[in-house]
Order: sequence, then C-alpha cells, then structure tokens
Amino acid sequence: MSGETEFLLAVEGLTVSFDGFKAVDDLSFYVDENEIRVIIGPNGAGKTTVLDLICGRTRATAGSVKFRNTELTTMKEHAIVRAGVGRKFQNPSIYEDLTVFENLEISFPRGRSVLGALTFRRSGEVRDRVEEVARTIFLHDHLAMRAEYLSHGQKQWLEIGMLLIQDPALMMLDEPVAGMSVAERKKTAELLHRIIQGRSVLVIEHDMGFVEDIAHKVTVLHQGRVIAEGSMEKVQQDPKVIEVYLGH
Amino acid sequence: MTARFFLRPQDLLFILVMALLILVVLPMSLDIFRLNLVGKYLTYAFVALGLVLCWGDAGILSLGQGIFFGLGGYCMAMFLELEGSTPEATKIQSTPGIPDFMDWNQITELPWFWKPFHSFIFTLFAIPLVPMALAFVIGLAMFKRRVGGTYFAIITQAFAAILTILIIGQQGYTGGVNGITDLRTLLGWDIRPDHAKLVLYFVNAGLLLACIVFAYWVRASKLGRILVAMRDREDRVRFSGYDVANFKIFVFCLAAGLAAIGGAMFTLQVGFMSPYFVGIVPSIDLVILCAVGGRNSVLGAVYGALLVNWARTTFSEDMPQLWLFAMGGLFIAVVMFFPGGLAGLYRDHLEPALGRLFGGRAPTPPGSPETVTSMVEQPR
Repeated sequence: MSGETEFLLAVEGLTVSFDGFKAVDDLSFYVDENEIRVIIGPNGAGKTTVLDLICGRTRATAGSVKFRNTELTTMKEHAIVRAGVGRKFQNPSIYEDLTVFENLEISFPRGRSVLGALTFRRSGEVRDRVEEVARTIFLHDHLAMRAEYLSHGQKQWLEIGMLLIQDPALMMLDEPVAGMSVAERKKTAELLHRIIQGRSVLVIEHDMGFVEDIAHKVTVLHQGRVIAEGSMEKVQQDPKVIEVYLGH
Repeated sequence: MTARFFLRPQDLLFILVMALLILVVLPMSLDIFRLNLVGKYLTYAFVALGLVLCWGDAGILSLGQGIFFGLGGYCMAMFLELEGSTPEATKIQSTPGIPDFMDWNQITELPWFWKPFHSFIFTLFAIPLVPMALAFVIGLAMFKRRVGGTYFAIITQAFAAILTILIIGQQGYTGGVNGITDLRTLLGWDIRPDHAKLVLYFVNAGLLLACIVFAYWVRASKLGRILVAMRDREDRVRFSGYDVANFKIFVFCLAAGLAAIGGAMFTLQVGFMSPYFVGIVPSIDLVILCAVGGRNSVLGAVYGALLVNWARTTFSEDMPQLWLFAMGGLFIAVVMFFPGGLAGLYRDHLEPALGRLFGGRAPTPPGSPETVTSMVEQPR
C-alpha cells in the first residue's frame, strides 16, 4: 500500500503497452492543488496517452493514478468524471447539432442518470450557471447559436466551458490553443489564469510562448518517460530537452 | 420561472393535422376494407416512431425491430387464441381446451408460458414488457461491451433470424410457420365484423397519437438532447459524466416497447400473427419506412409508414413483380438524394416556399438559431 498523499494527482509507475510497445513507461509525476502543469514533448512522446490513462479511456497495464487518494485506474470513465476529473479532447469535441446553451446544459452536472435526464428541468439555477460560464468563455452572445457555426477557436472555448460547468478539481486540456489565432491564444491564456481558482489544470501544448505564459511547472515527456521536470526556465536549459525537443 | 410546455405551437399544429388526417379524413373517405388496411399501416408507424428515437436520434440502427413487433403481436395473439380455445369450442380435439395447433402436434397440456395469457391484464402488461425485457438483455450485452454501429445492426438481424427459426421450429408451442390464426374474439367481443374493425382502427389511431406525443416529450427532455449528442460525440458524453450504455439501453427498450404496441394492434386488426413478421425482411422494411419518412422526424416517420405501404398495396395490386424493385429504388434514392426523407424535403424546400407564399416570414426549422432563441429565454 502506498501511503496517503497531499497531492491532488499522484501518478506512479504508470505503464501501458500496446502489443508490446510501451507508449507510457513507468511514468511518475505529481500535481499540486491549484497548479497549472504543462506536459510537453515531441510527437509520439505519449502525452495524449497519459491523459487517456488518467481519465480511463485507456486502461493502464501497470501503475497507479491517485486523485485525492482515490485510485482511478479501476474506475469507469463516467465515475472518474463524477469524481472531479474533466477532460478536453485535442480536436474540439462539441455537439455540433445543438446550441451553445444546450452544449453547456448537457455538461451541467445534474440529471446524469436516465431518469434524471428525462425529468431534468431547465431551472433558473441552470440558466444562471450556463450564462455565467458562457460569459467566462466569451460566448455569451452566442448562446442560441448552433455550435457548428462557431469558429474553431470558439469551439475550443466552448469545450473548455463544458468542462468548467462541471467544476472539476482537475481539468485536463489537450492542445487547447492549437489552430488558434494570436489574439485567441492570448484570450485563452487569460481564460486559463481566470479559471485556475480552486482547481488544477493539466495541459498538453506545443506552443512554447503559450506554455511560458501559463505554466507553473513543466513536465517533458520523451518516448513515454519523463526526461525533465520543473520550471520553464529550468527545462529550457536542460540539454536533454534541447536535444530531443526544443532544439529543432 | 416556469417550465415551458414541451410542445411548441408549430409542433401542436403538425400533430393536429396528423390527428385530423387519421381520425377524420381517412375514416370519412375510405371504405372499411381500405380503412382496415390503413390501420394495418399505422401499426408499422409505431415501429417507425421507435426507430426515430433509436436510429434517427441516438444513431443506433436496429435491423431487428420485427422481433419486438412480432413479440408484441404474439402476446396478443396468445391471449386471443386461448380465449377462443374453450373446452366447448374444442371438444372434438383429443385434448379439449388447448389451441388446435397444439392438439395436432400431440401436445396434451398447455405449456407453462402460455398459462398466464389466460389473463387479459397480464397480456396487457406482457405486450410491451416481454419485448422490452428482450431488448434490455440484448442492449445490456451489446452496449455495455461497446458494440455499436454496423456490428449491432448485424447482431439484431441475427436475433431476428434466430427467433423466426425458433418459432417455426417449435410448431407445437407457437403454431409454427402458419403462426396463430383465425383469431375471433377479444373478451367476448367479435373483432371480425366491420364495426369492430372501425372501433379497432380508432383505438389504434388514438394509441398512435398518444405515442407520438410521448415521443415529442422524450425528445424535448434533456435525455432527447443527450441521445443526439451521443450519436455525434459519444466520448464527449461519456466524459461529461454520463454512462452512455444506459442511455442506449433505454432508447433501445423504448423503441422495442413502441414496436410491441404496434404488433399487438396489428394482431387485433388483422386477426393473426405469423413468424414472417419477426423476420429479417419485415425488419428491414420497417427501417425503410422510417428512412423514407425521415428518421429525424416523428411525424415524418408516420407519413413514411402510410405512404410506403399505400404504394406497396397499390403497386402490388397492379404489378406485383415490380414492387420490390420500386422499394429498393426508393431506398437508394433516399440514401443518395434526400437523406432527411420526406420530412427533410419538407423542411428544406416546401416550408420556405410556403413561408414566401403566405408573405410572412418563413417558419424556422427546429434547431435553427431563431427558434432556439425563444427556447433559451434570455432573462429580461
């Protein structure tokens, strides 16, 4: 038995192998409460797989993921979400046939059983919360718009909003600014700084300027292993990191 | 704030038009023979309705809805058959008091699963619940293991084939390939004369309208939106804290229950039930009805059921050999040229044209920005 930990998220010895190929190999890292942690690394380093493992989309071959001392590796995906872990996908994953309002409403953490969903009422509380989140993600004027008509950047924000409305203690974002304009990137950084209150954020990102802007700490992955960890300045000087990732 | 009524004014209008058509226009303009045929078509509409929820909304294509239609029909047929098999009526049999086909098959005692069907109340519950229980088991086995899409469709076909073979093979218990035939009375009331057919037609139409309103209610709930969300982004729904499999099982059972009601009404109006209706071909026919009518429109599916079957009857009377080609052509045309079916054609072409014709602003299709504004209700 490993002991209790103070960390919000404790990943220890996490390994997953796909037909013998170890996409993530004996990985350990820890995320504090209220921390923005960024995972960087070259393509194929296993970054997205780490998020998949934490949120239960992929099952670990070995190792443990403890979220507030609860083991996640054996839990079902929806139970992990209900425990307080939210996940944004790499490509904006929103419901294009529904409106922005409905997208956020579905994500509102109530009425998640079949019966609950049938009898769910759009109460004032739901409406207020949806509007509050919509304001935060700059989409307040687009509540009635079908989500497919949003721009790429707005779709990314909407998905962040869909996490935000669940109020997760840990929010995992897979390349939140990919494909965004410079202005949108700035706004997104601002958004992340704002929503960090009372939660931790785990971000995968390639955009170094953006990483520098938001990261408290950076973890560098390479071939499924951690090769460096620490502040942005520290990892930027790390010769190994420069060799495999930042150098080119 | 008060909750809004789940039917918007235009929904109410469309339902009223449908009600007018099947409760007034058709009964007044058709003779009882034709009306009885329409009643039969409308029993398929129950299945199409279920497919709109299951396939159109949730994206779960079931090619085995005939299973549930047939099971519902068999439940009703078993009750009617037992009612007709009184010891007096069957006294020439070697074992009086059991259905005639059992007697021919040297069965001397009523099988256990037939016995509860002496009770009408039991039968009423069994009609939706037996098919739903089967759907639950299939759904549990498939959806919890994340079997979906084409695989699921093929498995439902396999179930349809298995059940047909089972029913045909167990002749002594099921009536075999002939099915359960020559059904005459319901609680002592003769279901064969014209006036009885008329009453049954209206009962059927009333039930269908009730089911239509129910389907609207389900689609207007958050569950309705989750079904659509699941169809497009299953993972996103799962990672928003929903157990996706439960929702799929629910909608599959719902579709099964609706199909079963249709099946029972079919038995009552036509006077028999046979394994043919459980099989693969009618199951695919039912999907075609739904596709032609519009799999995203509750009322479209009902119109699809009416029109396709009306066309089938008309064509088959005049040129029976061409009908299958026409049906195949129709399905290809729907898939290639109007995936939204008749309802989609209406929404995309007729509705804007009507709007222009009447001068006013065109009624907006559901889901478009304008209609949704009114649904969201900005605070004043």
